[in-house]
Amino acid sequence: MSDLRDLYQDVILEHSKAPRNYRELPAANHKAEGFNPLCGDRFTVYVALEGDAIRDISFQGSGCAISKASASMMTQIVKGKTMAEAEKIFGRFHEMVTGHAPAGGSESELGKLTVFSGVSEFPVRVKCATLAWHTLHAALEGKQDPVSTE
Amino acid sequence: MTSAARKLDGEKRPVSATGRFDVERVRADFPILHQKVHGHPLVYLDNAATSQKPRAVIDAITRYYEGSNANVHRGVHFLSENATEEYEAARLTVQEFLNAAHSREIVFVRGTTEGINLVAQTFGRAQVQAGDEVLITAMEHHSNIVPWQILCDEKRARLRVASINDQGELLLDEFANLLGPRTKLAAVTHVSNALGTINPLKRMIEMAHSRNVPVLVDGAQAVPHMKVDVQDLDCDFYTFSGHKVYGPTGIGVLYGKATLLHAMPPYQSGGDMISSVTFEKTTYNQLPYKFEAGTPHIARVIGLGAALQYVDGLGMENIGAHEHDLLAYATEAVSAIPGVRLIGTAKEKASVLSFVIEDIHPHDIGTILDQQGIAIRTGHHCSQPVMERFGVPATARASFAVYNTRKEVDALVRGIEKVRQVFA
Ligand SMILES: Cc1ncc(COP(=O)(O)O)c(C=O)c1O
Repeated sequence: MSDLRDLYQDVILEHSKAPRNYRELPAANHKAEGFNPLCGDRFTVYVALEGDAIRDISFQGSGCAISKASASMMTQIVKGKTMAEAEKIFGRFHEMVTGHAPAGGSESELGKLTVFSGVSEFPVRVKCATLAWHTLHAALEGKQDPVSTE
Repeated sequence: MTSAARKLDGEKRPVSATGRFDVERVRADFPILHQKVHGHPLVYLDNAATSQKPRAVIDAITRYYEGSNANVHRGVHFLSENATEEYEAARLTVQEFLNAAHSREIVFVRGTTEGINLVAQTFGRAQVQAGDEVLITAMEHHSNIVPWQILCDEKRARLRVASINDQGELLLDEFANLLGPRTKLAAVTHVSNALGTINPLKRMIEMAHSRNVPVLVDGAQAVPHMKVDVQDLDCDFYTFSGHKVYGPTGIGVLYGKATLLHAMPPYQSGGDMISSVTFEKTTYNQLPYKFEAGTPHIARVIGLGAALQYVDGLGMENIGAHEHDLLAYATEAVSAIPGVRLIGTAKEKASVLSFVIEDIHPHDIGTILDQQGIAIRTGHHCSQPVMERFGVPATARASFAVYNTRKEVDALVRGIEKVRQVFA
């Protein structure tokens, strides 16, 4: 059962039970909705952008432990970053959870997000781990339609 | 094999010397069951999505391709005659299985979804006009919602929905009240895939007929678990999928009363469905060929025939009794686990155990069970309105077939305990 612990690391379980920045954001000037039709996960990501800096960010919604923890930790890591920096982290994160991280690549940018590396062993859960990130991306682009992982 | 030998013979095999139903003998018929998944024996509890196939079905398909493959209804040569005979023998098997009055009332389609779409596109388009109504229930699969929605949009007709109660049972009075002068069709499920509810179909059909409303039945989840007699039910259309009743995917049946099928315009057009074509005029073929345009999936039809024969060999009463025992056993054991809530607690249920666990998302339940070799379905089960009715985004669903055992239910219960440990 070691693989299971790779996926459900304590940090992930802890964030899924007590998600950070889990609220509406009155100061938000960007917002998007993300939906994973396969499992019914649904999140709204709120962003308060100042210039191209993410001054504040929050989320709300329902989903599995992986998607919720990912959303929670995402809000922590991108807060205070520029849009470009956030997108870059998303790129690295995506590579890691899909098992395409370049060999010898630095994980420092990902910081605590490396707890999601076990997701690469569970291909059907990649969408769960990336849903919040896709939604953030849509919010930053100012897309109106809800994003879907399909 | 002659067509006579293909008749359902009613001889029941899986009963051991002691006269008890012998599930181990049934399991031996299913090659796929004897494997390990993630180091654990496979426990396959996703039967409402699709059932596994017995050796008899796999062999029938192989035998057909190795010995009889040819196009049907078109050749004078030996193989074509053989293929046609086997194809038509399967139709007789289906006729007998559903107790239809005539074999021409049995139309082969891709599955339940196509059966419903066929009726919506032919009968529906001809009968439903602006201001008319189509009545469904709140427990339908998307495939018995969307075709009617599209038809109603196109015709500016109205889709009416009869509600269900907190147990997941249809409100019969409401159903009766919604059968109005403008109702052109009632399209209802026999058994709910998300809840397991068995609808009181015969009464519903009587109610509808007393108001001259024809009834289409989605039988996808019923046919694997109970004897269906379309003449006794007096339904106007009945459709099911082969793959949920131990047959191949991509093949299913639409039963329709001959008088209705006869009056309906064709569905798809092309070869086989015509009797004569000139550039001025086409005369459609007789039933059921009018609705079977093009070269059909011959091997799958033969596989389906073999599946229904297999089911008949086990005996539907034996299957129903065994599954009923499993469901009762599982219901008691799973509902006793702290934090578990069952979704769908109708008095009359078949083979489906849908549940949620407090503070644990069904998707996580599914992954953790899978790591123990246990296959269940998680999600909305193509029944989003049902999920909404119960205020959950998704459920975990274990569904049983004739080859499942109490030991497998025990494994499920241990698996759920493990889920709770991971999240403790
Ligand atoms: C009640 C019900 N109706 C219809 C369908 C659709 O069947 P198919 O996908 O085989 O066409 C299903 C299968 O999921 C079902 O459970």
